[in-house]
Amino acid sequence: MNTPLVSLVETSKTYGKLAALSSMTMSLNEGEVLGLFGHNGAGKTTMMKLILGVISPSSGNVEVMGMAPDSKEAWHCRTKVGYLPENVSFYEQLTGLEVLTYFTKLKGFSSGKAKKKAIDLLEQVGITYAMRRQVKTYSKGMRQRLGLAQAFIGEPKLLLLDEPTVGLDPIATRDFYKTVDQLKSNGSSIILCSHVLPGVEQHIDRAMILSSGKLLAMGSLGELRQQAALPVIIKPLFSKKEGLDAVVAQDSKLKSFLTNSCNNTLMVPEHEKLSVLKQLLNLNELDDIHVESANLEQVYQHFLFLHDKKNEQQVGKGEQS
Amino acid sequence: MKQILTVANKEFHDGLRNRWLVSITLIFALLSIGLTYFGAAASGAVGVTSLSTTVASLASLAVFLIPLIALLLSYDSFVGEQESGTLLLLLTYPLSKSQLLLGKFIGQGGIIALATILGFGASAILLYVQLGDASILSAFGLFIFSAILLGLSFTAISYLISLSVSEKSKAAGFALITWFLFALAFDLALLALLVGVEEGITQQGLTQLMMLNPADIFRLVNLTGLDNSEVNGALAVAINAGLSQTQLISALVVWVVLPLTLAIFIFKRKKL
Repeated sequence: MNTPLVSLVETSKTYGKLAALSSMTMSLNEGEVLGLFGHNGAGKTTMMKLILGVISPSSGNVEVMGMAPDSKEAWHCRTKVGYLPENVSFYEQLTGLEVLTYFTKLKGFSSGKAKKKAIDLLEQVGITYAMRRQVKTYSKGMRQRLGLAQAFIGEPKLLLLDEPTVGLDPIATRDFYKTVDQLKSNGSSIILCSHVLPGVEQHIDRAMILSSGKLLAMGSLGELRQQAALPVIIKPLFSKKEGLDAVVAQDSKLKSFLTNSCNNTLMVPEHEKLSVLKQLLNLNELDDIHVESANLEQVYQHFLFLHDKKNEQQVGKGEQS
Repeated sequence: MKQILTVANKEFHDGLRNRWLVSITLIFALLSIGLTYFGAAASGAVGVTSLSTTVASLASLAVFLIPLIALLLSYDSFVGEQESGTLLLLLTYPLSKSQLLLGKFIGQGGIIALATILGFGASAILLYVQLGDASILSAFGLFIFSAILLGLSFTAISYLISLSVSEKSKAAGFALITWFLFALAFDLALLALLVGVEEGITQQGLTQLMMLNPADIFRLVNLTGLDNSEVNGALAVAINAGLSQTQLISALVVWVVLPLTLAIFIFKRKKL
C-alpha cells in the first residue's frame, strides 16, 4: 500500500481557549478528491491552513508528501501545492495577466516562461479576453477564475480549494468540475471545501463532514448514506383518482411507509427498497414511479442534526447536575 | 534571492504605477530648487545664496517631509495585503516571510531612494552650474545619502506599524501619530527639558537623547558640517558636543536595520 499524500493524526489547533480543530485524523491518497463540508467556523479553513503549513498544529501530526508542511525541508514541496483561499481580492491596480505572472514567478518559473505560462492558464479558465484589463474592472466570477488559474500554476500534485464555485455561473462551474476531473485523472489530489452541495457529488471520492472542529462523518457517499440510514423516497403515480392512499390502504406493509408530511409519498428504508418496488410494479394501476435516494445535502443535514441533538442533550444534562 | 527580487520588482512597479515616484520626485525637486533660489528672499535678495543656508533649509524641510512620505507609502504594505487575503496566499508559496518583507523593503525603499536622488539631485546640479564649486556636490551627496537613510528608516518603522495592527485604518492612524512624535513632539520635549529643567541635562546627555530619533540624527548629520552661526536652538548645543559624521551615519544605519529586524521578528510570530 502506498503512503497517503496527506495525513493528519490526532491533530488539534487551538487559538487561546477556542478549539478550532480537535483531534482530527484523516488521510488523502494520490489521485483522490475529498469534499470537506461544514458550516462557517467548522474548522475547514483551519484544516487547510495546517495542511498548507501556514500554521503549526497545537498537538498531533500533519504530514504532506511525507514531511511536516511547516518545516524547512518541506519548502520545495510548496511548488507542488495549489491553494485557492476563500476570500481573496487580487491587486486591483494590476491587470489579470500581471497578477498571474507575478504568482507564476513566485512559484519558481523564470521570468521568460512565467508570462507564457500565465497566458496558458488564463486561457484554461477562459478569461484571456480580459487579461490586459485591471483586476478592479473584473466581475466576481472573473476574479474567481483568476484565483483558480493561480491555484493551477505548475500542475500541482495537491490542490486545496476553498469555496471554488462561489460566484461562478453554471457553465463556468461545469468547466471547473471538468478541470477537477482532468487533474484527478492526471494523479492530482484535491480537497474541495464547500457549503454549496448540489453538483459536487459526482466529482468527489469521499466526503468529510465537520462541525465546530470535530469530525462528524467521513466516507464515500454510499457509506455515508448507509451510516445515516436515510429512507429512500418513492413516489408512485396511479391512474385511479384515489391515488396512493387508497391503493396502499389495503396493504399493511406499504401503509407503514406512508408519510403524513407529503402526499403520495412512501419513505422506505434502503434494504426494503427493492421489495417495495417489486410490489408496486405488480399493481396494474401504476402509471409512473419516481425513486430518489438521499443526496449529499440530506446526508449532511442528517449528521449535523444528530450532532446538534447530542449537544443539546449534553447541555441539558449539565444543567440538571 | 530570486524571490526577493520578484517581490521587489512588483513593489517598485506599483510605486511607478501609482505615481508615487513622479509625485515624490516633483515635490523634492520643486522644493529644493525653490529653496535654492529663494532661500535668501527673507533677507531681500533673490538668487543662489550660500551653500550652508541652502542645505540647512533643505534639511529642515526634508526632516518633516521624508518621514511623512515614507509612512504614507508603506503603512498598508502588510495590513493591506492581509485584508485582501493575498498575504495568506503568498505565504503558501515557496516564499519565506523574511523574503517577502525584504522584497517589499527593497522595492519601496527603491522608490524613495530614486525620488530623493532625482529630486534633490536636480538642485545640486543647478547649484553646481551656477556656482561651479565642487564642494556643493559633496555637501549634497551627504545630504542625499542621509535623506535616503532617513526614508528607509521610516519605511522600516511603517512596516512595524503595518505588521502590528489588523486594520488598514488603524495603521494610518498609528502612522500619523508616529510622524507627529518623531518630527514634532520629540524636539519640543527636548527643548522643554533643556529650558525648563535647570542643570537637568548635559550637552552629552542631550546628544545621546537625540540618537533616539532618526529625524534628529538626520538634522545633526546635515548641520554639523555647516557654519554654526546659521544653526541655533537645541541643535546648536548638540552640535557643540560633537559627534563625528561617521558616528552619526552609523546611528542612522542602525535606525534602518533595527526596525527592519524587529519587523521580521514580529512577522514571524504573527498569527494568520
